[in-house]
Amino acid sequence: MHKSKNKAAIRLGIFSVMALLLIGIAVCGSLLAPYDPLASDYTIPLSPPDALHLCGTDKLGRDVLSRILCGAGSSFFLTFVMAALVTVIGTVVGMVAGYAGGLTDSILMRCMDILLAFPGSVFAIAVTGIIGVGIFNTVAALALVWWTKYARLVRSMTVSLKDRDFVWQARFGGASESKILLCCILPEVLPQVVTMAAMDIGNMMISLAGLSFLGLASQPPAPEWGYMLYESRQYMQTAPWMMIFPGIALLVTVMVFNLLGDSVRDVLDPKN
Amino acid sequence: MENRLSGVKRYFTRHFVQRRLAELIFVLLGVTFLTFIITSAAPSDAAEMYFLSHGITPSETLLEQTRQEMGLNAPVLVRYVRWLGEALTGNLGESYQFGESVFAQLSRKLPATVQLAGGALVVTVAVSFPLGIAAAVRKNKLADWLIRLISFVGISLPNFWLALILLYYFGVVLKWFPVISAGDLKSMVLPVMTLAIPLCCSYVRQIRTAVLEELGREYVTGARARGIPEWRIMAGHVLPGALTPIVTMICLSIGSLLGGAAIVETIFGWPGIGSMVVDAIRVRDYPVIQGYVIWMAVIYLGVSLLGDIACRLLDPQLRRRKGATADA
Repeated sequence: MHKSKNKAAIRLGIFSVMALLLIGIAVCGSLLAPYDPLASDYTIPLSPPDALHLCGTDKLGRDVLSRILCGAGSSFFLTFVMAALVTVIGTVVGMVAGYAGGLTDSILMRCMDILLAFPGSVFAIAVTGIIGVGIFNTVAALALVWWTKYARLVRSMTVSLKDRDFVWQARFGGASESKILLCCILPEVLPQVVTMAAMDIGNMMISLAGLSFLGLASQPPAPEWGYMLYESRQYMQTAPWMMIFPGIALLVTVMVFNLLGDSVRDVLDPKN
Repeated sequence: MENRLSGVKRYFTRHFVQRRLAELIFVLLGVTFLTFIITSAAPSDAAEMYFLSHGITPSETLLEQTRQEMGLNAPVLVRYVRWLGEALTGNLGESYQFGESVFAQLSRKLPATVQLAGGALVVTVAVSFPLGIAAAVRKNKLADWLIRLISFVGISLPNFWLALILLYYFGVVLKWFPVISAGDLKSMVLPVMTLAIPLCCSYVRQIRTAVLEELGREYVTGARARGIPEWRIMAGHVLPGALTPIVTMICLSIGSLLGGAAIVETIFGWPGIGSMVVDAIRVRDYPVIQGYVIWMAVIYLGVSLLGDIACRLLDPQLRRRKGATADA
């Protein structure tokens, strides 16, 4: 038992370092990029990977590797914004619903039922379509469906926590409701929320990239992975490197975050 | 025994289905209302879209007059009730883009999507069950590690990228399948694979967990001690026991299949409702988007209701336990 716990901690360390490395690359993307991601060079459009352009060039002769490195920043940033949004909203609503109970709880839960009735990505696509195309609109649309998952988890935990002895002790000690929520309930709920978010972050990144792949998120010419893949579709026959490399970047990133999520669960989940 | 059975039956017919139906109606009202609100909050309204789609740039007075005629100036709630009344008779309005009724358009395009999603589901079940069971039986052996490794990569694959890669390799390089869908069986292969591969990978993982959990129960040890052959334990006891979580999973994946279909259909040019709605979004064809969202929600809710009923039929424990608490 102890040994497997240790192993999980080591894995967590390794994957955290890998994730931090990726985040580092995303933050300093424009410094690492060998070329200006927006500079077009009409003498070398759609040229295959070679020593000068490791991942080839796109239709305007822009360096694909530089665009991948610079595009990482916005993909990561949007994913983290979305993760922060859904965890905060989900935790607050879940705690309030679970702790208040009664009518408040019923109303909030039925609202969540309504949102859950839409298949997630379908709703996000429709919402983006209606409120208009744009990066932050896609984040908002996805967050609108995504937070319910967290709210349900937090609510069910809060319901079982609020009658535990230590909460009653705090109540008898004269703690206010908000203090109980912040100091008794939140610390118990947080590890589960973090675990769920860590396991979810890869999916969020894929969903965001998926919307921009449909042309619903980014505005060209700024590089973004999903949109780069969208552009690459037309050149599939002549310039397959345009779709292969951004896709590999996305796959590797999602895999690292999924591995990190699994190891976070192994360390935090008392069952393992 | 007779008494208890009839009690279960009574609970089943009177409470469960009624409660679920009431919930369903409530949620549907919410879904339609939410869709309606979001649509009416959109920057351009029906009157403007009507003129623009006919190639006319309307003056402000003309717009105002048309809004009056179309009843767009009434309060939101009044418009919602009016619209809901129409929707209940099957009239979801007309597409701005084609002038065709949304209902007709949806029912014409739905079969293609169902075909795709159904195909993917069949492939997924056929592939993931043997693999998931094999991984569980050969736990921590080479086969298990391989299956788990592949399925891990699979769940991290973005489905739109997978679609591009499949299209490139099988369509452009090998030329086995058409790059642009002709709507026939051969053009169905790649879209079905795109939908099925990630789904397979997550199923394999979950089937493995469910089977392992059943295998760890005491009755399995007991059956082994009595000398019952391993395959009979598996087929007769472990699999039926592991079925409930899997049925729930299948119902939940209908949602992701329908959602995923939008992206996959767009890439492969498959003429289903997914590619239809993406086109509609590009030109802000609101009635089509509205109709699509509502149909999807209805289908999804219907399937999850069926799934719940199936789970109850499969798992007598769940039926009895929930029945007892509700009757008490």
